[in-house]
Amino acid sequence: MTHLIQLHSFDGGIHPAENKQQSTRKPVQIAPLPAELVLPLGQHIGAPADPCVSVGERVLKGQKIAEPHGFVSVALHAPTSGEIIAIEKRAIPHASGLQDLCMVIRPDGEERWIEHQSLLTELTVDDLTDIEPAKVVERIRDCGIAGMGGAGFPTSVKLTVKRDEQGSTPIDTLILNGAECEPYITADDMLMRERADEVLRGAQVLLYLLNAERCMIGIEDNKPEAIAALNEAAKSLNEEHHIDVVTIPTKYPSGGEKQLIQILTGKEVPSGGIPAQLGIVCQNVGTAAAIYRAVYHGEPLISRIATITGDATREPGNWEVLLGTPVSHLLQLAGYQPQQQPRVIMGGPMMGFALPHTELPVVKTTNCLLAPSEQEMPVNQMAMACIRCGMCTEACPAQLLPQQLYWFSRAEEYDKAEQHHLFDCIECGACSYVCPSQIPLVQYYRHAKGAIREEKAAQAKSERAKERFERRQARHERELEEKEAKRKARAEAAAQSAAAKKAAGSDDAAPAAGNASAVSADAPTTSPQLEKLQKQLTATQTAIAKTKEKLAEAQQAVAAGDEAMQTKVDAFTAALEKSQTKMKDIARDMAAEKKALKAQAAAPAGNAEGGPDKGDPNSPDRLKRKWETAQARLDTALKRLAEAKAEGLDTVETLQSGIDKQQARVDEAKAAYEAALQAEQDGSSAPDAAATEQAPAAADSAAEADSLKKKVLAQQDRLAKATERLNMAQQQGLDTVEALAKGVDKQQQKLDELQQQLASLTETAAASTAKTTEDGTV
Amino acid sequence: MTTVIIAVSVLAILALIFGAVLGFAAVRFKVEGNPIVDQINDLLPQTQCGQCGHPGCKPYAEAIAAGDKINKCPPGGESTIQALADLLGVEAEPLDAEHGAEAAGPKVAVIREDECIGCTKCIQACPVDAIIGAAKQMHTVIADECTGCDLCVEPCPVDCIDMVAIQPNTSSWYWQTPKSAVELIATDRQPANSDRSSSQDDDDPGDNSTDDDSNDNSGKGQAA
Repeated sequence: MTHLIQLHSFDGGIHPAENKQQSTRKPVQIAPLPAELVLPLGQHIGAPADPCVSVGERVLKGQKIAEPHGFVSVALHAPTSGEIIAIEKRAIPHASGLQDLCMVIRPDGEERWIEHQSLLTELTVDDLTDIEPAKVVERIRDCGIAGMGGAGFPTSVKLTVKRDEQGSTPIDTLILNGAECEPYITADDMLMRERADEVLRGAQVLLYLLNAERCMIGIEDNKPEAIAALNEAAKSLNEEHHIDVVTIPTKYPSGGEKQLIQILTGKEVPSGGIPAQLGIVCQNVGTAAAIYRAVYHGEPLISRIATITGDATREPGNWEVLLGTPVSHLLQLAGYQPQQQPRVIMGGPMMGFALPHTELPVVKTTNCLLAPSEQEMPVNQMAMACIRCGMCTEACPAQLLPQQLYWFSRAEEYDKAEQHHLFDCIECGACSYVCPSQIPLVQYYRHAKGAIREEKAAQAKSERAKERFERRQARHERELEEKEAKRKARAEAAAQSAAAKKAAGSDDAAPAAGNASAVSADAPTTSPQLEKLQKQLTATQTAIAKTKEKLAEAQQAVAAGDEAMQTKVDAFTAALEKSQTKMKDIARDMAAEKKALKAQAAAPAGNAEGGPDKGDPNSPDRLKRKWETAQARLDTALKRLAEAKAEGLDTVETLQSGIDKQQARVDEAKAAYEAALQAEQDGSSAPDAAATEQAPAAADSAAEADSLKKKVLAQQDRLAKATERLNMAQQQGLDTVEALAKGVDKQQQKLDELQQQLASLTETAAASTAKTTEDGTV
Repeated sequence: MTTVIIAVSVLAILALIFGAVLGFAAVRFKVEGNPIVDQINDLLPQTQCGQCGHPGCKPYAEAIAAGDKINKCPPGGESTIQALADLLGVEAEPLDAEHGAEAAGPKVAVIREDECIGCTKCIQACPVDAIIGAAKQMHTVIADECTGCDLCVEPCPVDCIDMVAIQPNTSSWYWQTPKSAVELIATDRQPANSDRSSSQDDDDPGDNSTDDDSNDNSGKGQAA
């Protein structure tokens, strides 16, 4: 020891009979090969390894047979050469006595090693410090090294520390645990005695990996040979300045990680924390030796030293045991003599657990197999009532209140037990050992811990179930909403298409919607366009009027009997028709234009005063359309009649009566339209008067409309007369039928024309009214 | 007279100030939703099995908050009823048998996959989406997400879903509480018991001659 180290102590602790001398009389022996090796896949804390060989495959000694699964996991290797005969569930050495997945190897007895070499040779470097720490850690993980003190925590996880740019870590102290405080166990003792240099060279590797400044090896003072051996080795390795072999007083449980740290440094690991928070990493001496073998020889963890002791064995001692060797095989080596009530404990007498049978394998954490006689370790007598003596509290090394924890655990008041730091209990068994009532206190704590963990797991699961349920509900609601929306959209589309069909069927003469929208698209320029259209319209109208006059004259002449005039009449009619279609087009354009304008005007004005309401069935627009439709039908009926007559069909009479009816309908529609128009005019006259500028124009258009209406009425009379005449001619079978029919057609056309004019006029009036309103508001 | 007026007006002003503060607090720190419903919902086991007659645990929590009985949850069992009684300050009642018996332990649905015809009925029935599969494809249960609610068993047309009790494994197993319960008086000890060690047999024979009543009591104590 080169440094003077101030030793501390921890509270509590006990001094049970050591019983170590039985197993230290002989050096470590090599256990012979058993008939079968059983290797559980989960020999460490964390996720079980994944098998990477299949049944029937031949494996070599040291060959990897299972890969680590995730970060907190280590690999597994074949302890000897042989054949994988099964990967199946087998009983494992666990307090539960349950089965778990194991790989079963039948050794071939040849012990052929797989090719393996030092990490230094592999990377062709001379010194360990030339290798990146991460690579060394990877090697340790690949060699399947897990804590060999008893817990089996993957060593690589403990060695993965954060480094800054300079490569320094928050770790300053490495502690190697060679205390081995539990009675009977001497595996670490024998290891340190016989392989002290391996332990120290493992410590060197660890110091490099952690970038720690110093290393302390804590050993209880009941192992003087081990202490001497380590000091010797430290001298020969020139490591006395870095590595201190510290002798600590014998007290159970000084080998507990937290207790050893407290003894050596005086620091306490915080509740629920880890030693790394204090800048300390603690490793078992056996782990250090295994790290040395992995790094400098490339040998994975395939064997360990285990103590086989107890009064039921004739030759207790330590054996180097291949992992997976059955307990029964080892007990035979030690001369085990089954007792009346046979009992074999894996681990020490304080923290170990009784095995249900001996056909169980040795695993990485098996440091001792204890086969006590009945006198040596009587089975727990019946527990008596707690007398509240408080001895457990004095013995507890974790400064807990074992009595309180016992009451809470028994009453299943787990929340209170947790408040009393149940999870800081290291389950050392000191309280049970000192209990005069022989209450199995630790078992209560273990049960309570398990129950709390289970409850927490159940709570987490139910939380997840709740979330999944709520998400599912939300999804269902969304789906329903989407379905509803789709249904509505479909219904709307159907209604629209039906309406479009209806409109297309009944309303040929109505202005095309596309046209209207096209015009309204360039709304700002509509006013000049409208004026132009107006001019065109008036020009066409005058032309039509002239042509009509001429036509009338010609017709009169024809009627008087002048046959020569007929050609003129035809020519006039054609011209008339042409100009009429032109006018129709213009009127349509204008109507569209006006609509757009009206829409513009209606928006700011709020309501288009006097503007014909489309929704109102009695609006002039509607009525006019009705009238027009009726008129169109009448036209077609007349045409058909003419055809029938020309062919001399019998249907003439029925057609005639149909025409009469149609005529009546036309009259009716016209009358209704006129009435509505009149009403509208009256309504719009008020704003017209208010708008002084527009008033004359409006008055003009009103007068024009009146005259047009009169004309229409006259024309209608004429048509009626012509039809009458036609009827008579038909009845009498006269030759003039054809001519008369033509005359009727013409009359009809005239009527149409007049009506068109009237319509356009009405619209103009409406537009001017709207304009007035707009002007008024602006 | 003035003192009276001053006192009254001071009190009135104070009342106004506190009223304003309280009114502001009521608006500013308004509690969204019903907190008692969430608390009840947290106590329910979230199996979403619907055995209580409500479509899930949350609706039952709402019903309890509105005055429904607390003993309608068989998956939760007596412990849930006790917890609800503690929370709501009402008397704990025994589980209403009308809604089913308390299950012996957690269960998980397992589909016999070679018999599955891929009808997706169980997928639609699962309240937590723990069954995966597609039409005419084999389905399977995500065991970790299954709440063991039993709702998928009924709709299966080929009866290929089993409810299997979850067996403990090495990671979920934990120590049982010690068997030998503490006896109140020495005479409560049972005579020869096969579980006990041979040293028990050396006990004073006077222990064996205890009356039957005390033996019965100890038996009950041990069972509990």
